Amino acid sequence: MDSKNTFRIGTGAGFSSDRLEPALDLLRHGQLQAMVFECVGERTLAFGHRDRRADPAQGYNPLLERRMRAVLPLARAAGTRIVTNMGVANPRAAALRTVEIAAELGLTGLKVAAVTGDEVSHLIGPDSHLMEPDCRLSETGREMLAANAYLGIDAILPAIEAGADVIITGRVADPSLFLAPIAHHFSWDLDDWPTLGAGTAVGHLLECAAQVTGGYFADPGHKEVPDLAHVGFPLAEVTAQGGATITKLAASGGLVSQRTVKEQLLYEVHDPAAYLTPDVSADFSRVTLADDGADRVRVDQAGGAARPDQLKVTVAFDGGLLAEAEISYAGPGAAQRAQMAGDIVAERMHDLHGSNGPTRIDLIGVSALHASAVDYPATAQDVRLRCALRASSRPEAELLLWEVESLLCCGPAAGGGYRGHITPSVMTYSTFVDRGDVKPDMELFTA
Amino acid sequence: MRVPLRQLAHARSGDKGNRSNLAIFVYDPTHYPVLREQLTAERLKEEFGGVLLGDIKRYELPNLHGLNFVMDRALEGGVNESLNLDGHGKSWSAMILALDVEIPDGE
Repeated sequence: MDSKNTFRIGTGAGFSSDRLEPALDLLRHGQLQAMVFECVGERTLAFGHRDRRADPAQGYNPLLERRMRAVLPLARAAGTRIVTNMGVANPRAAALRTVEIAAELGLTGLKVAAVTGDEVSHLIGPDSHLMEPDCRLSETGREMLAANAYLGIDAILPAIEAGADVIITGRVADPSLFLAPIAHHFSWDLDDWPTLGAGTAVGHLLECAAQVTGGYFADPGHKEVPDLAHVGFPLAEVTAQGGATITKLAASGGLVSQRTVKEQLLYEVHDPAAYLTPDVSADFSRVTLADDGADRVRVDQAGGAARPDQLKVTVAFDGGLLAEAEISYAGPGAAQRAQMAGDIVAERMHDLHGSNGPTRIDLIGVSALHASAVDYPATAQDVRLRCALRASSRPEAELLLWEVESLLCCGPAAGGGYRGHITPSVMTYSTFVDRGDVKPDMELFTA
Repeated sequence: MRVPLRQLAHARSGDKGNRSNLAIFVYDPTHYPVLREQLTAERLKEEFGGVLLGDIKRYELPNLHGLNFVMDRALEGGVNESLNLDGHGKSWSAMILALDVEIPDGE
């Protein structure tokens, strides 16, 4: 394959806790020029801030060390550049740790870049308008922990131009992690909107890893996926015009079909004709798909228009403590006994303890995920009561656990299997800032 | 003849903040008009209005034989605020496939 006309890029992780061995298989056998580990979501960014708050040297992806130890030697052997947002809330600390690991592994000379500048809390104030819940920041009554702008390829390209082997970012738009090495390889102009839109479609298809290769797809009897236990991660063969073939290693499990590609193309997309990233307003509405051999789907005709003038910002707030406690009931009348137990907890939390925090009572196995949306029969005979509370203090959170545990002797008949836990919680809302006010930066470290 | 959507279509849902999106595609392109005519934003609101609290906007994808629904205020505040076990609303796609649609007899 002529590497001038095709760029081979694969996915090493599609979310913070993704598997490792499919990434290593791709590094060994995929002949990749770049691999992206996409590890930040609204949920995991919040966790990163929580961790950094507890320890200023933390706040990056908890699997970074484990991943880097396995990935760095293979990536160097294959000549594959690694791009990742595993820096989460602390890219510089992640890069420093990666350099240490590289040195320990004897990978002398490995260049690791930290891309920063996404932390923009200095641009956010009490009057900043939050999109949801559509109010001023000061009206939330909560303490702001951090604010991160979604950076684009212009933040990553300087690291590539400086020859970084590993590029570690914080909050970057997911497709931009892929688009940056592709655009650099083909020397795309940063205002060639249709081509950047096409590359963004490729990045979007790859960013959730197995979600385009048969993961998150199987539905026995309806959608069969071969060997899902060993589902492979995707790679794309991208052309200079931005069209691409999505595929996977033949020896891996899973499948790449027009169906898997369609589901992922629209995943987390709103207007398909205007998928906004910091780089482009991408247009997926006219995308064409074609089979191109076994587990190979050709994607063409994505386009794009000028990038937005503003960048989206995720603002994180102290969300108090999330308290969750569960107890199980089985046999005839299980749902009724679980409901009675839940009512008792709610009544005692409110009347006896004066707790007014947001509370939720679920009957797992009867009505949990869509409680008020659907009428379920109450004939279930294996029901788990789940009580959840957003508490403003640890004593309040502990009270919920105590109340559920005390059902063991004081509640309805035959309850068992109590478990409870308390998790520090970070809440996030979105706002926008002017692009010109955000100043991405890059620092290069050498092992 | 009424059949569950699960026989005709596959779907995936995703989240951004308190907004959920759900993309649904028919297996057989000849069923695309059935989907387009019967799975309207109004129908989703009617079936699940108790939790889909905001506006529902529908986009048509004739190339891909699918629809994309964007549902505001659908996730009880979103993944970092909701007390729902499925704060992402990942299970919406499976819920929608339980709805039934009318197709000509014999298909």
